[in-house]
Amino acid sequence: MGEPAKRPKRKNPVLRTRLPTLPPAARSRVALGLTAAAARGRLELQVCLDCGAVQYPPREVCRDCLSHRLAWRSQDGRGELIAETTLRNAQELFFRERLPWRIGNVRLDSGVNVIAYVHKNVRPAPCRVRVEAALDRASQAVLIAVADRGRTDMADDPRLREMTCDPHGRKILVTDGKTALGQAIVHGLSAAGADLIWIGEAEPWKKASGFETLRALPQAVIVPLDVTDSRSVHQLAGEIGGKVDIVVNTGDYHRTFGIASRHGVETAQLEMEVNYFGLLRLAQAFAPALIARAADGAANAIAWVNVLSIFALANHPPHGTYSASKAAALSLSQALRAELRPAGVRVINVFPGPIDDDWDQLELPPKLSPNALAKAVVDALKGSVEDVYPGDVAQDWLARNLENPKALEREVGGKAP
Amino acid sequence: MKAAKKMKKKAPAGAHANVGSLLGSPGVHLVDLTQTLSPDFPAIVLPPEMGQCRPFRSEEISRYDDRGPGWYWNNVSFGEHTGTHFDAPIHWISGRDLPNNSVDTLPIEHFIAPACVIDCSAEAKADADFLLTVAHVKAFEKRHGRIAAASWVLMRTDWSKRADAVVYQNLDETGQHTPGPDPDCVRFLVRERNVLGFGTETIGTDAGQAAHFKPPYPCHYYMHGAGKYGLQCLCNLDLLPATGALIVAAPLKILQGSGSPLRVFAIVPAR
Repeated sequence: MGEPAKRPKRKNPVLRTRLPTLPPAARSRVALGLTAAAARGRLELQVCLDCGAVQYPPREVCRDCLSHRLAWRSQDGRGELIAETTLRNAQELFFRERLPWRIGNVRLDSGVNVIAYVHKNVRPAPCRVRVEAALDRASQAVLIAVADRGRTDMADDPRLREMTCDPHGRKILVTDGKTALGQAIVHGLSAAGADLIWIGEAEPWKKASGFETLRALPQAVIVPLDVTDSRSVHQLAGEIGGKVDIVVNTGDYHRTFGIASRHGVETAQLEMEVNYFGLLRLAQAFAPALIARAADGAANAIAWVNVLSIFALANHPPHGTYSASKAAALSLSQALRAELRPAGVRVINVFPGPIDDDWDQLELPPKLSPNALAKAVVDALKGSVEDVYPGDVAQDWLARNLENPKALEREVGGKAP
Repeated sequence: MKAAKKMKKKAPAGAHANVGSLLGSPGVHLVDLTQTLSPDFPAIVLPPEMGQCRPFRSEEISRYDDRGPGWYWNNVSFGEHTGTHFDAPIHWISGRDLPNNSVDTLPIEHFIAPACVIDCSAEAKADADFLLTVAHVKAFEKRHGRIAAASWVLMRTDWSKRADAVVYQNLDETGQHTPGPDPDCVRFLVRERNVLGFGTETIGTDAGQAAHFKPPYPCHYYMHGAGKYGLQCLCNLDLLPATGALIVAAPLKILQGSGSPLRVFAIVPAR
């Protein structure tokens, strides 16, 4: 890792807060396949199922044999930067504000030429590079050529850093710090160099083990926040909303009941109160301020993270009502994403499998440790993704869901007691 | 019901032909015994896998805005045992088969009743787990006279002055530590004194550790089993005389309700 970003200079209050601009966002429907993969941090290109030719740019029929049987397949992105240039003029407002900008032509080993942004650490052309897919501020896929050896940090290049939501130097609200997961995320963000971390505390009379250790962190400020209480959410938004750069929604009410195993709807309502309405309350209270500060210098409002569950994809019947509440939250997060996208504020959804905590006690391993989940959250912020499936179970469910959602429903549902 | 009839007989006939004149008498005043229903007021803590009593919540319907241009109002939600609240006999399994045991069927005569206020504030200050015993009650009676049948017995602990919810709940890893009556005391009040009910400033009529008593939660068990009531999360008991105040405590008329938040106040006579 190179020189970490320094704490940005304080804002000059005499100057107008800039409004966000976005890179060109129009894509054809087929080109969204590139975005779909980039949202999960992968480079995928279409491959012809008949002749094997790799395709770029995305298209309807094979460039070699005209077959329409094209499938998105993961690519290693290796190739050669054959030519490069530096953009010094642009009509697009987004680029005008950020010139100069290095771009290049890469010949991938798979046989296609792509235009890519070139990381500043890449040697002058010609040279070997690796092309990665990333989401830009418009949440669309772009290609980035990075050095072919070693790990590349997008934060090292100021242009590319803008495609990340690096927590370094940022002011972050973690909505529930009382769970093991919330605490692990706070520690992770602290280690990643967050400038300030507000930590929500509901029901202060219930002591949570480990919570007191958070007070020792230099960036930690514990604030009252109960996402089931609109008044509490709006009170906090009124106090700190104009300062928050990243919201990490760790609120999670998890009970382990299906339909027949619990009389009544009271527990299910509480799951919805926290997991669904909690997100709605937070979004109504905090999103407007995030949008207003989306271009507020180097320490701008930049991201919203929801810790959901892999059970949002398909109902896990022993945790049936919980799964439903997380599915509701997933749906609402898509609305939030649509409302934040014009400002360039990224909504990142995290879909962990069973976590090594009390409520997943009877789930079989492998289970995700809170620390592993926290690392996935920090990595997602440092990268440029929208959807994170941390751990083996989540990866397995994701693959099965992509292949055949109905089959996943039946496989998971078959285990119901 | 029996107690109600007794009360009627006892009332001095014709003392106040006009009830309003009672309240207008010099020195007679009202004391509010009710905590504000607020989202910040703590609800009872039970193991998390159990059903939970919802704390008070309020969601705006409109506030002179596009949702309702000229008016302000809220939808509120809460458990029946939230804030300052009333416990009906049906709340406990021991009272489940009694007649007229839910808040919609309770005899209205019981909604106004005299109160004996036993001051345990010094003892509760010294010991959060303080238990009121028969001996304490008899000492009270020695000073203030025998507790009349169909009276509320209110345990003053000044617990309501603990404005910080953490200190009010007073939980540690062994549970809650708040004062309450011991089992013998409850049996005495029910069987020997035939009280109307028992009221506290804490979150339950039972002590914080009463889950470990024999029987568990004796105040709920015996009081409700005998058709008696509970009042919890009261405040301002320090403003009441030991005897002589009338308590107005009328729960909401909820169909088959086990209790309800309510406005409780006392009519206090001139000294």
